[in-house]
Amino acid sequence: MSEFIIKNGHVFDPTQGIKGDKKDIAIKDGKIVDKVSGSAKTIDAKGKTVMAGAVEIHAHVAGPKVNVGRIYRPEDKLFTYMPKKGSQRMAGGFSIPTTFKTGYEYAKMGYTTAMEAAMPPLFSRHVHEEIRDTPIIDEGAYPVFGNNWFVLDYLKNDEIENTAAYIAWLLRATKGYAVKSVNPGGTEAWAWGLNCLSIHDPVPYFDITPAEITKGLMKANEFLGLPHSLHIHPNNLGNPGNYETTLDTLRLTEGMKAKNKFGREQVLHLTHTQFHSYGGTNWGDFESKAKEIMDFVNKAKNVTIDTGNVTLDETTTMTADGPFEHHLTELNHLKWANVDVELETAAGVVPYIYSPNISVCAIQWAIGLELGLMAKDPMRCYITTDHPNAGPFTRYPRVIKWLMSAKAREAQINAFKHKDKVVNQTSIAGIDRELSLYEIAQMTRAGPAKSLGLSSMIGGLKPGMDADVVVYNFNPDKPVAKPDDIEAAFQRAACVFKSGVQVVADGEIVSNGNKRTIWVDAKTKENPQVMRDIQEKFLKFYSMTQANYESIGHHFIPNPYAIEVDARS
Amino acid sequence: MATVTLKPTKVPELMLEGYTISPDTFAGKTPAQIAGLEGREGKIKVKLGDFFEVSGSPGKTATETDIVIAGDCSRVKYIGNKMTAGSITVNGNADMYVGGWMKGGRIHVTGNVHSFCGIAMEGGEILVDGKAENYVGCAYRGDWRGMRGGTIRIKGSAGNDIGTFMLGGTIIIEKDAFIHVSTHAEGGTVIIKGDVEGRVGGQMVKGDIFVLGKIKYMLPGFKKIATVEKEVDGVMATFDHYIGDLGERHPKSKGKEIFANLYVKAAA
Repeated sequence: MSEFIIKNGHVFDPTQGIKGDKKDIAIKDGKIVDKVSGSAKTIDAKGKTVMAGAVEIHAHVAGPKVNVGRIYRPEDKLFTYMPKKGSQRMAGGFSIPTTFKTGYEYAKMGYTTAMEAAMPPLFSRHVHEEIRDTPIIDEGAYPVFGNNWFVLDYLKNDEIENTAAYIAWLLRATKGYAVKSVNPGGTEAWAWGLNCLSIHDPVPYFDITPAEITKGLMKANEFLGLPHSLHIHPNNLGNPGNYETTLDTLRLTEGMKAKNKFGREQVLHLTHTQFHSYGGTNWGDFESKAKEIMDFVNKAKNVTIDTGNVTLDETTTMTADGPFEHHLTELNHLKWANVDVELETAAGVVPYIYSPNISVCAIQWAIGLELGLMAKDPMRCYITTDHPNAGPFTRYPRVIKWLMSAKAREAQINAFKHKDKVVNQTSIAGIDRELSLYEIAQMTRAGPAKSLGLSSMIGGLKPGMDADVVVYNFNPDKPVAKPDDIEAAFQRAACVFKSGVQVVADGEIVSNGNKRTIWVDAKTKENPQVMRDIQEKFLKFYSMTQANYESIGHHFIPNPYAIEVDARS
Repeated sequence: MATVTLKPTKVPELMLEGYTISPDTFAGKTPAQIAGLEGREGKIKVKLGDFFEVSGSPGKTATETDIVIAGDCSRVKYIGNKMTAGSITVNGNADMYVGGWMKGGRIHVTGNVHSFCGIAMEGGEILVDGKAENYVGCAYRGDWRGMRGGTIRIKGSAGNDIGTFMLGGTIIIEKDAFIHVSTHAEGGTVIIKGDVEGRVGGQMVKGDIFVLGKIKYMLPGFKKIATVEKEVDGVMATFDHYIGDLGERHPKSKGKEIFANLYVKAAA
């Protein structure tokens, strides 16, 4: 492999505490190194910003429900297709782009790792085929556990060790990365036409509560010592007044401590927090409770969150929270798709337009930004749009603009039709904080990498780490002429390296890189009971055999990267 | 007004996608520049000049530009795509997507048009002297936002799926239509002066349909509430007034449920 040196850029690297100092970054054989030989290719980054490759902690970018969105929304692709060009394949789509466009757009923005946020275990093969077809970026996927019959059965009797053994088996079978829980218990209840709107609503038949599921999954996760913590989409998403359910869920972490060898400190990652920070009793008195949520999160060192920023676009919502999607289609009357995944989960898909002329959408926009602006520790609060639920991931540069510029926020607030409502029912207008590039690097690189347990590998520019390096056309020494310059700089990076291969030059894709699928191989003590339960469920309930269930081999995971965990002792 | 004339010189082997044939793209260009505008024949990029002889010159803006196509365009799609002003006259037939996503201006086709005429149209006028195939003034596949404004007048008959997901504007079919009229519509007016086979107003939420001939198979979701006299497109007639589709959701206005209206000419 060749050598590179990125010279004279303003480097922002929270893993080393570098805040915009002029430094050279050397790359050799796919890794960051101290120095390179004289024959290294030089990239001039004078007057530009240099960061590590960004890390996406939560996006729906591969798998059956994403594909349902693609199939049933041809209008999302209309007039968006670009013909093939150089090393790029034909690509298109806006809120649910093709796999190719997903890879290209992430790379152009300087993202080099992305996590698929909800993998139905039964369809892991589909998820991995799409991941395989998404070029450039490293990806992993979180299988969903919160409504899984095995988990409900074991946790009903507080069988943590059995739950852990099942999790380890499933991560191996589906090549999964972390334990995801979506509306714990609520999606199973949806199969009975019901839902769990508080953490104490019992799940029909299983007679277990969301609180017991969440607590049990956290314990099992720490029993195994997985790189990432439990990743939760709590109950009662998207309803006015739901912040209390969110706080109830967060309180379940009290007294819990992370146990792992990856440097992760949290026991719970609360995802798309914007959708869970609502006050009020209906859509009329709907208001922000971002402060109440952030007061808790700022104090709770064992919790990390991501924002789920509303970007004010037309998008496609999709979640394993089946009952929520039904609720949404009743509100907006747009087309609804619903899928049950036997024994495991479900999913729903509904298009949604976040219109700046609708007060609820404008308040949602404000809440997402408040979360980021109220975060005292940017290492524990990450930027997402819950792609595509609150907006497409391609809008990250715009979210960064809003977070970095009070002027840009003010312009948007003034453009809202119901400006007064936004000002009265949120505190966005009173916040003058502007995030620095260092804080943005914490929220998009070092922070999510640490939460994922990958801080020794990605999210920073320390020698020995993967050479994921981005150069942005943004001079931190000069005052920002107009906020849109921030957005433009982050939308199209000047130069991106992924594992030491240059994949973007002048905002254009130049290579398909060396994409990997990251998964977690957790070794546990032999557990004959769990193995027998698995066999039995396949014989009695699953409509497929175990041999057809597992994702193995080159076809599904052509370039695997396994993170080993030993939980045998 | 300034006129550009396109004289067909060659019949495309595949269909020509003539999405650049619009007053908006022609305005301010020389005939040579117009001849150099891009089009597609299958996957191959072609030039308008490969298929047309360009004469005359356009105005400075779309509003001041008239385009006359002096001949048959049976194998040319997307004429007047997204146009906002000016006019296009096709002296002959035209293929699919005439006036698609059109916002303003006027298109006159003296022959027949194929399917998707006026798809997702927002404004302006389309006049077809002959007949139309399917999907007149419909929504794009998957989209719930169909025709929003403007007028389409087909002097002949039309096929299936007229005004699907229509939100506004007017479609007039002067002869017969086949099935699926105003399916899922939430506004707009469709007038059919001849007979319709059936499936009129299925899942319709709001909007009006007038049928001056007969509906062979009436949908069960429509209920007759009155007999009324109305003037439609210059014709005075007595209509049976139906409301529907009773199987679909309906918004409320001032405490009253709003239904779609279907007026069928009463038997004499």
